[in-house]
Amino acid sequence: MLFDYETLKIMWWLIVGVLLIGFAIMDGHDMGVCTLLPFIGKNDEERRLVINTIGPHWEGNQVWFITAGGALFAAWPMVYATAFSGFYWAMMAVLWALFFRPVGFKYRSMVKDQRWRNAWDWGLFVGSFVPAVVFGVAFGNLFLGVPFSFDNTLRSTYTGNFWQLLSPFAILCGLVSATMLIMQGGTYLAHRTEGLIQTRTIRYTMISAVVMVALFVGAGFWVQTLDGYVITSTIDPAGLPNVLSKEVVSQPGGWMTNFATYPVAWVFPALGVLMALVTAMLLKIGKTLTAFVSSSIAVLGVIMTAGIALFPFIMPSSTFPNSSLTIWDSVSSHLTLMIMLYAVAIFVPLIVIYTSWAYSVMRGKVTAAYIRENDHTLY
Amino acid sequence: MITEHLVDMSRLQFAVTALYHFLFIPLTLGMVWLLVIMEAVYVTTGLQVWKDMTRYWGKLFGINFALGVTTGITMEFQFGTNWSYYSQYVGDIFGAPLAIEGLMAFFLESTMVGLFFFGWDRLSRFQHLVVTVLMAVGTNLSALWILIANGWMQSPVGAEFNYQTMRMEMVDVSAILFNPDAQNKFVHTVSAGYVVGSLFVLSISALYLLRKRDVEFAKRSFQVAAAFGLASICSVIVLGDESGYSVGKAQQTKLATMEAMWHTEPAPAPFNLIASINEEEQKNNWEVQIPYAMGLIGTRSLDTEIPGIHDIKELNRERITTGITAVGLLEQLRETPDDMALRAEFDKVKNDLGFGLLLKKYTADVSQATPEMIQKAADDSIPKVAPMFWSFRIMVGLGFLMLALFLTSLWFTFKGTFAEKTWLLKWAVVMLPAPWIAAELGWFVAEYGRQPWTIYGVLPTYVSTSNIGVANVYWSLAGFVGFYTVLLIIEMYLMIKYVKLGPASLGTGRYDGETPRNVTPTAADQEVTHVV
Repeated sequence: MLFDYETLKIMWWLIVGVLLIGFAIMDGHDMGVCTLLPFIGKNDEERRLVINTIGPHWEGNQVWFITAGGALFAAWPMVYATAFSGFYWAMMAVLWALFFRPVGFKYRSMVKDQRWRNAWDWGLFVGSFVPAVVFGVAFGNLFLGVPFSFDNTLRSTYTGNFWQLLSPFAILCGLVSATMLIMQGGTYLAHRTEGLIQTRTIRYTMISAVVMVALFVGAGFWVQTLDGYVITSTIDPAGLPNVLSKEVVSQPGGWMTNFATYPVAWVFPALGVLMALVTAMLLKIGKTLTAFVSSSIAVLGVIMTAGIALFPFIMPSSTFPNSSLTIWDSVSSHLTLMIMLYAVAIFVPLIVIYTSWAYSVMRGKVTAAYIRENDHTLY
Repeated sequence: MITEHLVDMSRLQFAVTALYHFLFIPLTLGMVWLLVIMEAVYVTTGLQVWKDMTRYWGKLFGINFALGVTTGITMEFQFGTNWSYYSQYVGDIFGAPLAIEGLMAFFLESTMVGLFFFGWDRLSRFQHLVVTVLMAVGTNLSALWILIANGWMQSPVGAEFNYQTMRMEMVDVSAILFNPDAQNKFVHTVSAGYVVGSLFVLSISALYLLRKRDVEFAKRSFQVAAAFGLASICSVIVLGDESGYSVGKAQQTKLATMEAMWHTEPAPAPFNLIASINEEEQKNNWEVQIPYAMGLIGTRSLDTEIPGIHDIKELNRERITTGITAVGLLEQLRETPDDMALRAEFDKVKNDLGFGLLLKKYTADVSQATPEMIQKAADDSIPKVAPMFWSFRIMVGLGFLMLALFLTSLWFTFKGTFAEKTWLLKWAVVMLPAPWIAAELGWFVAEYGRQPWTIYGVLPTYVSTSNIGVANVYWSLAGFVGFYTVLLIIEMYLMIKYVKLGPASLGTGRYDGETPRNVTPTAADQEVTHVV
């Protein structure tokens, strides 16, 4: 095979990261736009205008989420199995919130009734804001450790409940995630609109970017005081995955180990902070497209910061730290990782190409006149 | 704690959500090709009415598509939330096609669906047609990958159990991709979708013709649907027969229960047309048979025996007994993974490991299983016969009824008189639910017929669930049913609204029930008025 097992395990950590970042940049901006929707659109026409900036694209963008889930299943089946069953109600909350999106977009403008349309607008808000918060809360819980263990047949048992997920630190992470996606969505919306709506959008987005920076930095200080997890036994990175064969201890400040060992990793939190501030400034001077790029880089910085802090952990166990899931021992077989790498290498570039084409076809400002002319076809 | 109650509720939730999902998917699969055909005619002839057809049927397609996507996300979540042991036990094989489905198919379909609806004025005619074709290709590739995954559940080829990682692992990719079970199922399922799409368009067009509205629009739609529907239903029936053959090879249990064949019949076996099934005494009270037919369908020969239910159970009982040894050896191997002698012994019996796991339903410690438990497990190793037998027959019956409808429709299309045949149009209207019923029953036969396994012969359903409290499943099931019912009502409301509005909903000013737009007719418009 082209790559050895150890290399593939590391590559798959990166690929899952790429898919997550792709999700946050692409589906994330749709979620941001829909979170802003009820506040920026003051009447039906304004709301249609906001929705139709993402109308042709949200469907494709949502597949980043679905593919990230599929990739988790294929590459890290134990993570998929343990996280989805353990976070049962958080997953149901995300899922049920997401239900509002396809129907919200499609059905909203099919009936000319203000109550009907208002209801769907709030549906779109819930379908975007709730997942954005829950994803952050889930990440926060990875830092805190999750109460699960395995028996000898590797069946996982989760001993926590939904309300325990909502600890102050996890909620802080949820707010980082939500403000980050509002920043991402706002820059996109600002780029596709003009006039009053654009001005309104820019105001909200700048506030969001600055708040995100403050919360992110706050979470960064908080993490240093948390008990992190560290592997104390030697592990064979090329070995067959066996989640029960290592020793893990939790120790204060454990999540800072990677930043201490590799100071170059500080570049990611720095990007998260600086690029978000740059985004706010670019919006101020009206450079919306550049702002979108810089916001996307900020998103990358924030997600990579979390990933590197946790590395090589994916999901630490707070009750039985030795059962923690890491990139070395919760992965698929060598063959499956290799095949999936081929699939990613072929299809992700193709996806980027035709998605770019779709955006270039639909480029330009969405205006009130455009909505009026295409009353029967637009959302 | 895994209890029977938890397993039953998890199964019920999966069944409910999958059945809902499968209300929308076949229509998507079929209509997308009808859109391609209509648009291709528009691009080659330039006739405006064909563009309007593409757009109007596209509107209904969109209403349906939204719920297909909504209910689809549930399916991806549910393996993890409710079937977590399954997910980690076979994720190495099962996860890959699902992920590739996203990368290769769903991305394409979803990106193009946006351009299909929003790109009419931004793309050239030809470019837009390409978008529609890519949307159709994406949709169908999506079905291919899902059915490769599903085919592997029915016939788990190309994989082996690894005692060190405690899971099934992929060893032969091409065996999984070219699994005959998956390939047959793919063509059978997508063709069934084409039938659903065709009958949908046929029925609604027939309704317009009966009401004498938008006649020219409806006539053309009817013709396309009749032709495409006939080709599709033929494919469904031929491939259905072909999957009967592959089921005969891979899943003899399914075949035997579908046919209510309690005893191994001397080759070539007869086909039970109808029978009175006595589940208690494990026999048929009476049956009406067609001689030789089963042997031909199941084995493509006159001299191969098809095993009956009693013989299958007997064989399963033996495999369960060997399975006890396999489970015991595996437990020892987990303690001393490097013991080569133990490993060699385990390798001899590991193909029956899954049968040993069947006993988990009756005792936590498989090595302590009593002969009664073994017998019980063997008795439970086949699904109930009556639901299989009758679901299959209703599906096939509806299939032939639809064949007759499409044949008649196409016949009168060629004679050019279909629009006056009121009885034919009424027949087409009342047949509207038929393809859905057939498709759902087909799904039922395939998946219920796999019980008591999630992965046939490898992993029992009983051990596949997540280790969660059953109350969680009650609440989530209630949530799904509540959500889906509301969404379905809204969907039906919109469908009916837009069917009533008809092509007038496009706002072109060309159709019945709308005031003509005060615009100078374009060349294309004039062409339509002349042609129609």
